[in-house]
Amino acid sequence: MDSSTLGKVYEDGEVIVRRGDTGDSMYVIQEGQVEVLVEKDGKEVRLRVLGDGEFVGEMSIFEREVRSATVRALGKARLLTVDKKNLLRRIHEDPSLAFRIIETMSRRIRDLTNEVVRLRSGG
Amino acid sequence: MFSSAGKNSTEWTKLIQPEEGPSSPKLDDGSKVAVIGSGPAGSFFSYFLIDMAERIGIDIQVDVYESRDFSQPAPLGCNMCGGIVSESLVQTLAAEGINLPPTVIQRGIDSYMLHMDVGSVSIQTPLKEMRIGAVHRGSGPRDVREAKWESFDGHLQKLVLKKGAELIRGRVDEIARDDSRFQVKIKGGGPEVYDLLAVAVGINSPTLKLFEGLEICYEPPKATKTFIREYYLGQQMVGKILGSSMHVFLLDIPRLEFAAIIPKGDYVTVCLLGQDIDNSLVQSFMDSREVRRCLLPEWGAKEGSCQCWPRISVEGAIHPFSDRVVFIGDCGVTRLYKDGIGAAYRTAKAAATTAVFQGVSAADFAKHYWPVCRTISSDNAIGKLSFMATRQIQKRRFARRALYRMTLAEQTDEGRRRRMSMVLWDMFTGSAPYREVFLRTLHPVFLARLLWNVAVSVLSFGEGKSER
Repeated sequence: MDSSTLGKVYEDGEVIVRRGDTGDSMYVIQEGQVEVLVEKDGKEVRLRVLGDGEFVGEMSIFEREVRSATVRALGKARLLTVDKKNLLRRIHEDPSLAFRIIETMSRRIRDLTNEVVRLRSGG
Repeated sequence: MFSSAGKNSTEWTKLIQPEEGPSSPKLDDGSKVAVIGSGPAGSFFSYFLIDMAERIGIDIQVDVYESRDFSQPAPLGCNMCGGIVSESLVQTLAAEGINLPPTVIQRGIDSYMLHMDVGSVSIQTPLKEMRIGAVHRGSGPRDVREAKWESFDGHLQKLVLKKGAELIRGRVDEIARDDSRFQVKIKGGGPEVYDLLAVAVGINSPTLKLFEGLEICYEPPKATKTFIREYYLGQQMVGKILGSSMHVFLLDIPRLEFAAIIPKGDYVTVCLLGQDIDNSLVQSFMDSREVRRCLLPEWGAKEGSCQCWPRISVEGAIHPFSDRVVFIGDCGVTRLYKDGIGAAYRTAKAAATTAVFQGVSAADFAKHYWPVCRTISSDNAIGKLSFMATRQIQKRRFARRALYRMTLAEQTDEGRRRRMSMVLWDMFTGSAPYREVFLRTLHPVFLARLLWNVAVSVLSFGEGKSER
């Protein structure tokens, strides 16, 4: 790993979080891409591909549920772990810190809505 | 002289009374804001002020005054600082969408090496991840040969300019009141009037003197002198000697409170905190067995490339705000000894959110900005107690041995809960509030283990009797 970087490098195909595991952190992609997957009837379904600067695993910051999907490195990827406790403490002091995470979640709801419309209209 | 807080207490109490109605100053479309100083506090303030104003649809003009050119080597572009971006700040900035690229991070730090006369022990990050960033605030020391990395302050300044702020290069030489607003003038320029003035000049700048006589009840923070020296070793040698660890020293050297050697890209930075730091104290530290053991024979008798004796704040400013003016970062309130850049972020953002969402009167800052400053100040009071305890450990060999034994046992036993390691980690990195660190030292298991190790250290080898 380059000595002048932050975070941790995951090799191509390496699992970063696994569906069903308990999670107490989210990740910010510093470099590279990751894919978000769920398994259905023994087949992997790719939900989305995320890249530089994007968040992944942010639902575990606000929920006490297990991970809803598996995240895997797509090629070599470097991610920074953001601890739930540290982030929630900071959000408690400064609620506006959550703006960007809410923006991300909002964008994903918009994408999902479009996807639902597409599926229901048989597109 | 700055006006005394005591003399003006009645005036101050009146000033921070909430004012209702249209006369209470707010930022609106076309408002002009001056930010004096473009270090981390000034840049974070400008960044978040513009960001949040955009969110609620206010169009404001932000002028950033900065005399330094961060693309120049020291002292023209340096803000005199150890250059550590803490673990908690790295994460918080990432959540804000501000990621620090390899062009700025000179070295990712994943561990601390604690050096004492009784031995050295490595304390790893909880996730074995590069979570602390070593940077140069400017473009590097005086003799920098090639600008391989971007200045940290320069990087933040670029983000701010990209957001739409205007950079006014020059030293502010006059600040005056124009009715209730402030006038700012640089040498050779005309005065500009602003609706809000954010002061982020640190505590080593003569600009603070310009606020004398403006009757704003502000008193600058109390400060102490520190020492910073840079050594050129080359990237490969820095990696070989120091790795990706920050090296901290708990040594029984009179007047020395804390010392660290930080690996950067081609350089290493030596930082010393203590009382009346002078050349003889610096020499005693550099000549100590522990430093020589850490730096290996390859170090030789390196000459420093660059050095400075900056002052750091040890007590917050009094009344760091008034109507239409707010002091942020070091010239307001900062964390004791650690995570100054993190404190700059916190105070800058609190001031920016207050200005955008609440208003720019003294009452607004008293209600929404001051609580953040007070939280930092209260935590510093606990920090002072923690550093007093650390000084006692420094002075007593049996205590140093107990600390070493307990940490070493935790670091070598994977299954053991790392109570002392985490206390030391958070103390040295500034990753957690001092209050939280202090409370963890009161845990019965922590105390029991510490007492056990103290007892073993005192009794073993019969050395207890000869301890100081």
